[in-house]
This record gives sequence, C-alpha cells and structure tokens, in this order.
Amino acid sequence: MAAAPGSADSSKGFLGWIDQRFPLTALWRSQVSEYYAPKNFNFWYYFGSLALLVLVNQLVTGIFLTMNYKPASAEAFASVEYIMRDVNWGWLIRYMHSTGASAFFIVIYLHMFRALLYGSHRKPRELLWIFGCLLFLVLMAEGFMGYVLPWGNMSFWGAQVITSLFGSLPVIGGTLVDWIRGDFVIADATLNRFFALHVAALPLALIFLVAAHLMALHEVGSNNPDGIEIKKHKGPDGHPLDGIPFHPYYTVKDLVGVMGFLVIFCGVIFFAPTFGDLFLESANFTPANPLQTPPHIAPVWYFTPFYAMLRAVPSFAGTQVWGVLVMGASIVVLFFVPWLDRSPVNSIRYRGPIYKIMLAIFVVAFITLGVCGLKPPAGIYPMLAKIGTVLYFAFFLLMPWYTRFDSVKPVPERVTGHD
Amino acid sequence: MINRWALIATIALLPAGIAVAEEGEVGIERAHTDINDIDSLQRGARDFMNYCSGCHSLTYVRYNRMAQDLKIPDAELTANLMFTSTKPFDGVNSAMPSDAAEWFGKQPPDLSLIARERGVDYIYSYLKGYYVDNTRPWGVNNIVLPGTAMPHILASLQGLQKPVYKKVSDPGGSDRMVLEKVEVLTPGSLSPQEYDVFARDIANFLDYAGEPIKAKRQALGVFVTLFLLVGFAFAYLLKKEYWKDVH
Repeated sequence: MAAAPGSADSSKGFLGWIDQRFPLTALWRSQVSEYYAPKNFNFWYYFGSLALLVLVNQLVTGIFLTMNYKPASAEAFASVEYIMRDVNWGWLIRYMHSTGASAFFIVIYLHMFRALLYGSHRKPRELLWIFGCLLFLVLMAEGFMGYVLPWGNMSFWGAQVITSLFGSLPVIGGTLVDWIRGDFVIADATLNRFFALHVAALPLALIFLVAAHLMALHEVGSNNPDGIEIKKHKGPDGHPLDGIPFHPYYTVKDLVGVMGFLVIFCGVIFFAPTFGDLFLESANFTPANPLQTPPHIAPVWYFTPFYAMLRAVPSFAGTQVWGVLVMGASIVVLFFVPWLDRSPVNSIRYRGPIYKIMLAIFVVAFITLGVCGLKPPAGIYPMLAKIGTVLYFAFFLLMPWYTRFDSVKPVPERVTGHD
Repeated sequence: MINRWALIATIALLPAGIAVAEEGEVGIERAHTDINDIDSLQRGARDFMNYCSGCHSLTYVRYNRMAQDLKIPDAELTANLMFTSTKPFDGVNSAMPSDAAEWFGKQPPDLSLIARERGVDYIYSYLKGYYVDNTRPWGVNNIVLPGTAMPHILASLQGLQKPVYKKVSDPGGSDRMVLEKVEVLTPGSLSPQEYDVFARDIANFLDYAGEPIKAKRQALGVFVTLFLLVGFAFAYLLKKEYWKDVH
C-alpha cells in the first residue's frame, strides 16, 4: 500500500490510470489523509468510528443471517435455532448480530452524550446533528423490527404492544394499526414486511444518512473538547495549526479504540451473550404464542427510557394518546437542541455550574427511566418514571434560559493539549 | 481526575442500584451445574433419555451431534440412548401422540430451550420440588410450578415429600399460610444426596441442550480475549509511536 493514494506522483501507473477517470487520490486526500481534525480529541471521540464499526458488523453478520433465516411465522423461530445449532459458526454470527444491536445503542448514546458535553450540535453543525437525530430514529425502527424477527414470544407481544400505540391516535388510529400490521393482529404478514424493512429499506436509509452525516462533518470540520474553531488559526500551509491529518493520526488512534471495544464486545459474545437477560431475553426462547401473554412485557433495554415515559403519562379525557405524544416528543425535542442551547460557549469545560448540574440530572433521569421501563409498573417505579419524565423534558425545554444565564469561563484561543 | 470519574460512575450507577435486590422465588435452589463436566452431561443424557424422553422432545437436538459433543460412542448411542426408530441425525422426538393434552391437560412441552427460558436453577428445583397434594389430579404439586400438569414420575427415585407452611401477616392484619419448603415424607431408592446429583445432571444436560456450543464458546472466548488484548497492546504502541510528533 506504500504506492498508494496520497503519494506525491499519482499521474503514472495504475493509480494514475484510475485518477484520470475517477478522483480516487483526490477523495482520499480531501477526506482522509488531508482531512485535518483537532489534535485534542479525548475518550469521547472514539464512539463515532465505533458506530461505523458496529454498523459494518451489523450489515455483514446480517447478510449471513439472512442466508439461513426464514421470514415466515411457521418457520422463523426454528430457523434461528437452526442457525444457532446447525449452521457452521452460525451461533457466532447470531451473537455478533444480537450483541451488535445492543452495542450500537450503547455507542450511539455515548456519541450523542459527547455532543451535549462539548456542544457538537451547535452552529455550524446543526445539520450534522439533525442527520444524527434522523440516524437515531431510523436505528430505533431498525432495532424494533429486528427484535421481532426471531419470532419469540416477547418478539410477538412486544410488537403487539408497540404497534397498538398507533391505535391511540384519534380517527385514523385503528386503520393505521391494521395498515402497519397487514393483519388484524401481529401475524405472518407483519413478520414478512418487518423483514423487508429490516434487511433492505432501513439499512439503505442508514447508509445514506451515515454518508450525509460524514459529508456534513467533513464540510464543517470536527468539533473538539474545547469547543473552539481550529480553522481560525491556520499555518502558512493553509492547514489549521491545531489540526492533524485524520490519517495516520486518528486512524491509528481509533484502532486503539477499536481494539479496546472489541475486548469488551467479544467478552460479551463469548461469555455473556444474553447479558443477564438484557441483550437476549429468556422470554424470547419460547416461540411466539398469541394465546399466552408473558407475565410482564417490556421492550429491549435500549427502548426502556422512552417506554417508561410512555407509561408515566396517565390517560386523560378518555384516551391514552398523551403518553404516545410524550414519547414522540421525547425524540422530536432532540432535533431542536441546537436552537434551545443559548450558551455563549460550546464546551462544558467553559460553561458554568448550572449546565453541568442539569446535564448530570439528565443522565441520572435517563438511566432511571431505563430502569423503570424494564420493571413492572409497581412500587416506586411509576413515581420514579414520572419524575424522570419531568426531568428529561426540563433539561431540554428549560435549556434556552439556564444556558443563557449560566456563568461562563474564558475560552482559550487555541486547544489545550491532547491525550 | 480519578475522583471525577468516580463521581461520574457513582451518579450514573445510582439508579441501577435502586433496581437490585429482587426477592428470590420460593423453592428455587442454586443448581451449581458445570457445562464442562462431561461425566455429568453423559449421566444427564442417559437419565433424560430413560426418564424424560418418553414424553418430552428435544426437537432441536440431534442424536449424533449430542453423542459427538458428549463423547458418547456411536454404538453406545444407538444401543442405549435411542429408543425410537429414528436415525442418528434426527432430533430427539418423543413418541407422545398429539392428543396427549387430553391425558395431562397439556401437551408435554419440548425441552430444547427450557434451560434458556427458565434457567438451570429452575429445572433443578422443579425436579426436587414435588410434594403430596391430594387436591391435584396426580396427587402431587410442585413448589416452583404450582398446579403443574406433570405427574411425579421420579417418585420411585426421590420418594415423596410433604409441604411445610409458614404463617405470614399481611399489612392489613390478617394471617395466611404460605408454602415455605418441602420435606421428606417417604424415602425413595436414591438418597437425598444421590437425587440432588440426579437432578443436577439433568439440569446440566438441558443446559447443554439449550445451547450445544456453550462449552466451546467459553473455551474459545479465552483465546479470543487474549488475542485481542495483545492486539490492543500493539495498537496502543503504534499510536504512541505515530503521535510522538504531535505537540
């Protein structure tokens, strides 16, 4: 690869032949070897490249699963067991995919948290953030439909509960639910269309959105833990003084992140693939049974914060629709964060104590909601979920005020060092 | 720096702490099975085929795969473990007719995935949990699965047990009796210790049946982890080397 893209003279040889017909070297330079990223990325900046890694993992293992999975209600459950037992290395592929689904959400949640820490959503990165929110939305749909495919009893009843949410919408609700399910209950038709969406439509949407996300990122340049614009200070060569080429500096650094991630990821795959009933649930090791409702229906862990908010809202004026609207609003509000945040500075390093406290409260509220969503609505959990919901929205809806009136520290002109 | 991370971790884990401390269910005992104990798995396979497979299938478990994994010779398999006229590559299917639900009130369930669904502790405790209850059709009930449809077919081995109740007071002030544990009533052909081993072997075997790759998966995981740790070290050194000139 020494002769490769980026070498001084690429007008000759095979590469030259390609470059005269396709901008390979130009692309490599502009996007990788001469894409200048701030030199002070810290731990939180690993999760972007890790999200890409997990996406590729899901695509590749997903393709191999598709080769043996049967999207029919009579065969789906048995075909998954066939993969687990009779397909060579099928168990590994399946565990990589199931663990990858949970890993995807862990990585994405940390990636989004990073934005809130350092103000990565703020001007000029609003579109970058919006593409990210769309990615999160599509990922949720992808995760939900994928969860239905093994056709276990929790798959079935989870799908039953989630699709019936649309039924609470006024006027169109009932028709909409039938349209989504393709039947009057979750059935073979539902499984077939969810399979189509899970393996074709939604992955395509994910890939296009990832491309848009990266294009927007490379247009405006990466933010950094100091939240300052490195393009303000350029050297005589026209490159940012605090920037370093993505390759080789961040390719080798992200490799460290990848190896560290893989140690944990493979640890789960090989030693705890069910992860204490969170990544693969015991109730899903019995086939879908429309006549037997599980004693307690809960979605997979990565949806539980939102599920808890859904349940926290009481029915009012004879309809349950309010909970659905609140759950929808909890996602929609994310899109507006760039405009809700009125702080004069980007990074939490230079923000005052109010933002730090609000962000800490938000994290606690989000995790509390996640726990509440896993538990049956009894004991202290309904009250905790109500408090969590209020705090979740308080973080976003009060943001225009507390960010504006919060004290700030002086922001340095240049970035403050690196790991 | 360390203090800050400790603080963040504490705050983040606070809600999770609220969630711990679920109460254990009545009658559930730890099975202490070992998926790498081949002797136990072989005994479990033998006992399952002799006592359970008449009614319960393991549809997803193939005879020959099981023999391979549990190091059972082919001749032994066909002579002593296969009682139906199936082929070694077939799944373990019971001879129970489809109208068995009329006999028991419920079709005996396939047990391929019972360990994944309920866990080994449940199976172990279920096999140990039968007690005399004359209100039930078969004269027995089970402490971990009240109203079980299965007769106590292992009574000749375990003997019979009687229930022990304890009085609890509800917050309202009324007292009621709840099942606390079971005790030996009449001994069977196995001693309690021998029966524990019997139940543990079957639980262990069903754990194998639920995920035949489990033992190999864990063994492989050790090497994968070591490989990745070495990879991590090299990646870290490579990064350090490249980053020498970043100031």
